[in-house]
Amino acid sequence: MKNDIVLKVSDLKTYFFTRRGTVKAVNGVDFELERGECLCLVGESGCGKTVTALSILRLFDSPPGKIVDGQISFDSLDLAKCSSAEMRRIRGKDIAIVFQEAQSALNPVLTIGNQITEQIKLHLPLDHTRTVERAIMMLGDVGIPSPASVMSYYPHQLSGGMKQRVLIAMSLSCDPKILIADEPTTAVDVTIKAQILDIFRELKVKRQMSAIFITHDLAVVAEIGDRAVVMYGGKDVETAPVSEIISRPKHPYTQGLIDCLPDSSRSKNRLMSIPGTTPNPMDMPPGCAFHPRCPRAMKICRQQEPTKTSISDGHSVSCHLYT
Amino acid sequence: MKNKTNHKLLQIKDLKKYYPVTAGIFSRHVGDIKAVDGVTFDIHQGEILGLVGESGCGKSTLGKTIPKLEEPTGGKILYRGNDITSLNKKGLKELRRQIQLIFQDPDASLDPRMTVGDSICEPLVIHNFGNEKERAQRVAELMEQVGLEAGQAGMYPHELSGGQKQRIGIARALAMNPKLIIADEPVSALDVSIQAQILNLMMDIQGKFGLAYLFIAHDLSVIRHMAHRVAIMYLGKIVELADKNELFRNPMHPYTEALLSAAPSFKLKGKGRILLQGDVPSPLNPPPGCHFHPRCHRVLSICSQVEPQLIEQSEGHFVSCHLYKQ
Repeated sequence: MKNDIVLKVSDLKTYFFTRRGTVKAVNGVDFELERGECLCLVGESGCGKTVTALSILRLFDSPPGKIVDGQISFDSLDLAKCSSAEMRRIRGKDIAIVFQEAQSALNPVLTIGNQITEQIKLHLPLDHTRTVERAIMMLGDVGIPSPASVMSYYPHQLSGGMKQRVLIAMSLSCDPKILIADEPTTAVDVTIKAQILDIFRELKVKRQMSAIFITHDLAVVAEIGDRAVVMYGGKDVETAPVSEIISRPKHPYTQGLIDCLPDSSRSKNRLMSIPGTTPNPMDMPPGCAFHPRCPRAMKICRQQEPTKTSISDGHSVSCHLYT
Repeated sequence: MKNKTNHKLLQIKDLKKYYPVTAGIFSRHVGDIKAVDGVTFDIHQGEILGLVGESGCGKSTLGKTIPKLEEPTGGKILYRGNDITSLNKKGLKELRRQIQLIFQDPDASLDPRMTVGDSICEPLVIHNFGNEKERAQRVAELMEQVGLEAGQAGMYPHELSGGQKQRIGIARALAMNPKLIIADEPVSALDVSIQAQILNLMMDIQGKFGLAYLFIAHDLSVIRHMAHRVAIMYLGKIVELADKNELFRNPMHPYTEALLSAAPSFKLKGKGRILLQGDVPSPLNPPPGCHFHPRCHRVLSICSQVEPQLIEQSEGHFVSCHLYKQ
């Protein structure tokens, strides 16, 4: 493992064994997270990006979920095989997560102060006054006005954007080495989205934090990501630096994703679109999972799964067009 | 857009929708949530008017008040020159053949126990369209128009994907050959690749049937792609209304400026961004003067005292801001 790699996920497979069949939510994902970088996991709903994040923290229900294969190397540990006690020490302390819906991630009957100090008390050896001080400092850091009074508020007294900030403050409260953010800007308005992205950008500069940013919005990726992993059908289909992904996408799926954005630069009458819908994870197409929707599908795509090919330094793609 | 005056399909004049807020055991009236507070605009035949705003600005309430799903508190709605604010039940039924809605969440707007075919047929039954055979024919025709396969008529909503469900919503809206469709965030619940399919479908239908849309969305790139004219709404009021190209090239209201710069894009990368401070204030207790002044980056002293009026600054470009002539 290279020195500046803080997290390495290799061939991760997380399946859910349900009565109606096995859902292969994550089916062989590889990526590395470097220190101080913001890695974006991009994909549509059902592509396995959230389950990948939950697998890193082992936050899914087990059963039915299970990591059936692969490694998640972090700090000489394999998170895929750690004991629950070890996982509890890591969650919130070394690896923290911000969820999409701030509304449902906060407990409505506890004050903000209660919820934010809970985690600090659990992980850091601080007395009560220092804990409260730290919590107030964290709230101030994410741009909450008069943080001391917000400590005694209940979640319903805050707006959506403020709640999202509280969650970010909470996740940062124990100085995690890695922050995972699962669609933190999806449920908020444009002007609030800009504010939240600004916080992340600032955090990246100030704390040199490594972050995994999960989103379906390529414009957000372009704004804050350093590298991006495009996922489809439980697999990573393309990995590259963000500028490369946007200017020179290689995988037909990535190309499709970019082309179907109603961006002003290509203001034609019709948008490009990817035909069909995302496949059912219980019944994946054989060969390359994207072939039924792919405009450049060949015969081999139906029969054989493509392997990862390196296009240039740091740019790899899984597609038969490049093998 | 020639002969504008002759083609006004819908005129909205000073429309207001207040929700009373009560308190205490006698339900004392303590105030109003002014969801829509004096909105005026027109929609021409075959035009797509985009309506943009953040959550809570009243755009959905406005969309529901036009076909009178919500009773307006004040103001007038004219459809083809006729006042529809005081229509009786029969008149309303006729009106709603002409004005149809497409909702945001196709999951919530379809009955999970009705098949696709029955769902599409429902408006035909309500409006006494033909006999059973003609209705079945019409359903098949509608399904083809929105890109659903005939075999899917017997399926239930849970068997379909989000995009397909939204197609059913569109088919239902089209069933009675409306003239105006109010689309309330029709693509915001969909994935990007599906979003493009639905936007294309809506464009095709619009061209084919010469429909007018009131297209409500918060996503500026979607609005920019779809709309002919754009109205920007903030706290129950329209703050700017202009031709699409004019608005995106020359935004005049500071809120519009901020919205345009806030939208993440491939090109901007955070440079020259106007970051708005704070959140949208509560519509129960909006700031005095211009509602936007506490967040405005170009605020003047007059803004907190006098409410600006929506004034036409150049041809077809309306702005409600003290920075410009009042």
